[in-house]
Amino acid sequence: MEPYVLLADQLPESALSLVYLVAAILFIQGLRDMTHPRTAVRGNLLSAGGMLLAVGITVLWFEILSPVVLIGGLVVGSLVGAFLAVKVQMTQMPQLVGVFNGFGGGASTVVAGAELLEISGGLPVDVGVAAVFSGIVGSVTFFGSMVAAGKLHGTIDSSAIRYKGEHAVKVLLLVVALIAGIYMVAQPGMVPALEADWVPSYWVLVLAASVLGIALVIPIGGADMPVVIALLNSYSGLAAAGTGFVIGNTALIIAGTLVGAAGAILTVIMCESMNRSLSNVLFGGWGEEAASSEEMDEIYEGNIKETSPVEVEMLLDTADRVVIVPGYGMAVAQAQHAVAELSELLAENDVEVEFGIHPVAGRMPGHMNVLLAEADVPYDRMKELEEINPTFKQTDVVIVTGANDVVNPLANTDDSSPIAGMPVLNVSDARTVIVNKRSLSPGFSGIPNPLFAEDNTSMLFGDGKETMQELVNEYKENH
Amino acid sequence: MPGLVENLTFFVLAAFLGYSVITKIPANLHTPLMSGANAITGITLVGAVVVAGSGDTTLATVLGFIAVVMATVNVVGGYLVTHRMLKDFSKGGRD
Repeated sequence: MEPYVLLADQLPESALSLVYLVAAILFIQGLRDMTHPRTAVRGNLLSAGGMLLAVGITVLWFEILSPVVLIGGLVVGSLVGAFLAVKVQMTQMPQLVGVFNGFGGGASTVVAGAELLEISGGLPVDVGVAAVFSGIVGSVTFFGSMVAAGKLHGTIDSSAIRYKGEHAVKVLLLVVALIAGIYMVAQPGMVPALEADWVPSYWVLVLAASVLGIALVIPIGGADMPVVIALLNSYSGLAAAGTGFVIGNTALIIAGTLVGAAGAILTVIMCESMNRSLSNVLFGGWGEEAASSEEMDEIYEGNIKETSPVEVEMLLDTADRVVIVPGYGMAVAQAQHAVAELSELLAENDVEVEFGIHPVAGRMPGHMNVLLAEADVPYDRMKELEEINPTFKQTDVVIVTGANDVVNPLANTDDSSPIAGMPVLNVSDARTVIVNKRSLSPGFSGIPNPLFAEDNTSMLFGDGKETMQELVNEYKENH
Repeated sequence: MPGLVENLTFFVLAAFLGYSVITKIPANLHTPLMSGANAITGITLVGAVVVAGSGDTTLATVLGFIAVVMATVNVVGGYLVTHRMLKDFSKGGRD
């Protein structure tokens, strides 16, 4: 009984491999097009085309015993994915990327588990090892991503939640997962008495790795999420590649490995931008202690100057060059549209205006850039740290909004500070610095920021969105 | 089905290729890169389709269905949201 003519009966096996090769080429060219904003949209479409091709040929090639299940799954998944992608606000993008990422990792784990059901009469060692790998990495990715997304969304406490013996718990969970995996691989022929045909040891492994995924991310503070999200991105790629080894599919191996590399590179960039090692981020537990108030008083007492939108407007009036430095606070306050409007007004009045964006500003790599792009800021006004730092000396006014640690001069001057050696934006090189913040409270590192007390710094206290809007209105009235 | 050594060859070559392509992507586009790469991870959908289609036990069918749903959310949501972000980056560019 054949529901339709299978391509596998019409064409040689190599035809399927050739189509997968074309899909792989489209993925690679798609990523290459991402090197420039002008070609990036096309790159994403090429990549999506490659995916459609790979999935399409697979559906037509293999015998589908239960088409209703397959079509039902595709329809449900498409509806959920499309709904989330269209409805979610740009400021919620980090958690959405986290959730999607988790689903990819989870799918790899389930595919490997389902494939084990099909293998009868002996599990080859290489396939078994690959299944152990995608089972562990995929489960950690799924649950780790869900916890990360929960922290970013505020449904889970975003501070670093530490407890006694947490490292021992993580090691124990990993050991349990590995023992289950060794047990599974070491049983040649799947002796029925020891192992039922649904391979329970695999699911013991999945359970242990799932709890491990939660235990790994819970102790990490919210501001370290850019590293976590990038690392989990890498894991989901590696899990897909591992599943490719299990089911013998080159498309999965190539595509999964590309993504694994992408996530790994972003992880390294994020860590270098904080001058911290990956293990310090993952196991160091930042974001639990706050600076002592005496320490802060000593620096701030009598040195803080307050300013108002009216005064800042007058400064901007005579400025030739303005740099805006955004931070996570801008995203929280949803101030990006007001900030973008201010920059546009300045540009219209022949002021040179640029954005200085620190690599770890925000909650995922490139977070600030996406928000500003949505608010119609041209991408060539957004400058990276190395590019903007030498220009502060020729800058009249710097407006820092919602950023703290990334402009803290202690990183350059105090070797004992937790942010020592972290590359920062040297904003005090500019003639005047305006810091828009709600209070003097410390950033994620928990240390005070001497920038606020410097002679050329004035504090513009208030909510980011309201304050920037007042500034925009003030500027409009006078121009 | 290709052998282990062939598969390892693909893996190693893809890792080097990925490294050289992705290091060229500017910080401006790191979020779309992540979300686009994320969508590519949904390639595991290919495996899910095979598993969901060939399952001859209830358990295999259920697992196949779950895998297809999760992977499809990843693929469809991932590409759409990447497209949404990249469209915003069309402004600018006098270079």
